Amino acid sequence: MSSELQMAEGKGVTAARAHDALLTQSEQLFDLYRELDVRLAKERYAEDADGLVAAQRTRDEGRYSLSQWQLMWRKFVRNRAALAGGIIILLFYLVALFGNFLAPYTLTTRFRDRIYMPPQAIHFFDNGQFAPFVYGVKTGLNLETLERVAEVDPTVKYPVSFWVKGEPYRLFGLIGLDRHLFGIAGNMGDESEGAITLLGTDRQGRDMLTRIIIGSQVSLTIGLVGVALSLSLGTVLGVVSGFFGGWVDELIQRLIELVRSFPSIPLWMALSAAIPAAWPPMRIYFAVTLILSLIGWTWLARQLRGQVLTLRNQDFVLAAKLMGAGNGRIIFKHLVPASIGHIIVVATLAMPGMILAETALSFLGLGLQPPVTSWGVLLKEVQDLQSIALYPWVFSPVLFIVLAILAFNFLGDGLRDAADPYTR
Amino acid sequence: MIAFILRRLLAMIPLLFAVSVITFFIIQLPPGDFFDTMQAEIAQQGGSQDARTFEVLRERYGLDKPFWFQYFRWIQGWPEGDFGWSLGWNAPVWPLVRDRLGYTVLLGLFSLLLTVTYALPVGIYSATHQYSAGDNAFSLIGFLGLSLPGFLLALFWMFLGALVLRIDVGGIVSSEFSDQPMSWAKLVNLWNHFWPAAVILGLSSTAQMQRIMRSSMLDVMNQQFITTARAKGLRERTVINRYGVRLAINPLISVLALEIPKIISESALVGVVMSLPTTGPLFLRALQTQDMYLAGTFLLFMTFLLMVSNLLADIALAWADPRIVYE
Repeated sequence: MSSELQMAEGKGVTAARAHDALLTQSEQLFDLYRELDVRLAKERYAEDADGLVAAQRTRDEGRYSLSQWQLMWRKFVRNRAALAGGIIILLFYLVALFGNFLAPYTLTTRFRDRIYMPPQAIHFFDNGQFAPFVYGVKTGLNLETLERVAEVDPTVKYPVSFWVKGEPYRLFGLIGLDRHLFGIAGNMGDESEGAITLLGTDRQGRDMLTRIIIGSQVSLTIGLVGVALSLSLGTVLGVVSGFFGGWVDELIQRLIELVRSFPSIPLWMALSAAIPAAWPPMRIYFAVTLILSLIGWTWLARQLRGQVLTLRNQDFVLAAKLMGAGNGRIIFKHLVPASIGHIIVVATLAMPGMILAETALSFLGLGLQPPVTSWGVLLKEVQDLQSIALYPWVFSPVLFIVLAILAFNFLGDGLRDAADPYTR
Repeated sequence: MIAFILRRLLAMIPLLFAVSVITFFIIQLPPGDFFDTMQAEIAQQGGSQDARTFEVLRERYGLDKPFWFQYFRWIQGWPEGDFGWSLGWNAPVWPLVRDRLGYTVLLGLFSLLLTVTYALPVGIYSATHQYSAGDNAFSLIGFLGLSLPGFLLALFWMFLGALVLRIDVGGIVSSEFSDQPMSWAKLVNLWNHFWPAAVILGLSSTAQMQRIMRSSMLDVMNQQFITTARAKGLRERTVINRYGVRLAINPLISVLALEIPKIISESALVGVVMSLPTTGPLFLRALQTQDMYLAGTFLLFMTFLLMVSNLLADIALAWADPRIVYE
């Protein structure tokens, strides 16, 4: 190869010839490398290099023929943290849904002789046989320190059974039942002998586990309802604002600016303080969600406006317009479905904020009031440091709040990546 | 630039007017007024007060007048620094608000400073050592910080202080110092109550900004002018600091503008949990007792604080990024 070049130079041929020679040289090199690749591949996978290439090709083609949703799902599943977050969220909502059945007691069950009892260990094997039981507990007041003390009494065993008859409740608020997932047989609460309190009891002798499970019903749904409310408002206003532009856009943007110029938590505090305490619990619950979504929608609207601004000028919108579709049809049949992935992501990421806001408001005593029980209400009951220091288990709702928030954030992050499946 | 600032300041006036009307409206929303709350409290303590007395008081403070009348009475004192009379404290509102606002601003500024001094180098490190053990560790810490809201962290800190460290963590200063004159020991004690609050307040913003700085830096470091700078033989430190960071810092400043409102918001909550003299505890008390001028002035000034800091962030962005043109 190089001798040819030298020859060409020796004969004084034009630079163009030399250039051509260089080109052929590089082409030949390129061919050589490709052959080498194939040979290496053949060596590595012995018999079936061609098959491998074909498999790769069909895999690619398979990906091209997938729908957008399938692509998103694929990308989402690959993100382990997001998947774990999603599963945790699903479990939380299932627990909330069947809460009255899963919780061993009800909100009103009290054990007057078991105030501030520490978490109880459950023993699964008795003399080598599977027979779950808990030991009896004696509680009392340490007269020197005035601390509540509990002493495990290993002479008394209470067998734990499943599908146990307990206090009656209404599943989904409809079906009257009296069976609980687990509990101590024949135990109806208060005056009875044994009790199973896996996360301890509070200052009124109520089971913490029960309160956390039932509390999750309020805390988790308030996020859902709040996000649903702000979604409907934010979607409509955001899409309208982006689609029409002009004075409509200007008006909505100024409105958003006005709402957002208030700091959110103080505004929430001021609005919740206006809820009359005499209102029935259900109405307070809805008032709180309404207040939370009053600020939440602005963020959603901003996000969707941006999305619609980019979609507005795309061909499919023009096509719809040319086919004579009205504005309403374009918005709700074309723009909203096209941004649905984005909407879901934004909604998921808005959930933790809603849950936390409710927790914070109830914690301050401005949101939900007992007897309604949410995680925030549970936290409010342990505000004094004394009780946290002496009876740390009453602080356990915090763990569930943090777990829920983390799971939602992981899920939202994964969904955000998945919503755009074409980037890697 | 000056024209831009002036225009922004002018645009704030109608916004502030709208905000003040809304604030006053919200503060008026609860049924009944301060004297109803007072009457209820007195009744609860077993005392009784002639209803006629409250009528007279109401008349005297103008609480029986229509909305607009009360509103204009409120705003007409503003130019003289008169923001109304706190019925709960039986004192003018402004001095009460001023001290709290001062502490809030101090706390907010310090936590912002902490945030930036941590997030900036960590973001740069994460971007230049992508997927290294350090990057992953910082990212994890960042994610936790992002997921844990300030008031829960404050609760954790109180819990930790009371249970594990056995130190007094709440309040502005430990109780044994509270009525002592200023001394070195008291100053140290003040500081030890101050910095945890600032850290807690800034943590979620820190996490957010660290993430932004990382991704922005990653974007910038892949651009061609960086390759050019390297090809010219500049030292890597110069490439990162003078070329990379210079451009990557702009999104950070925009995000800063979004984080300031969060810090102001959160300081109210953290203040309540840790019983700090921020706006929070007094605002909460004012809301609960329907001490409307006090609550209204608090809400108004927190909003004002937010607007001003947004403006400052915009100015900072314009100053840092000469490509931005304000017309």
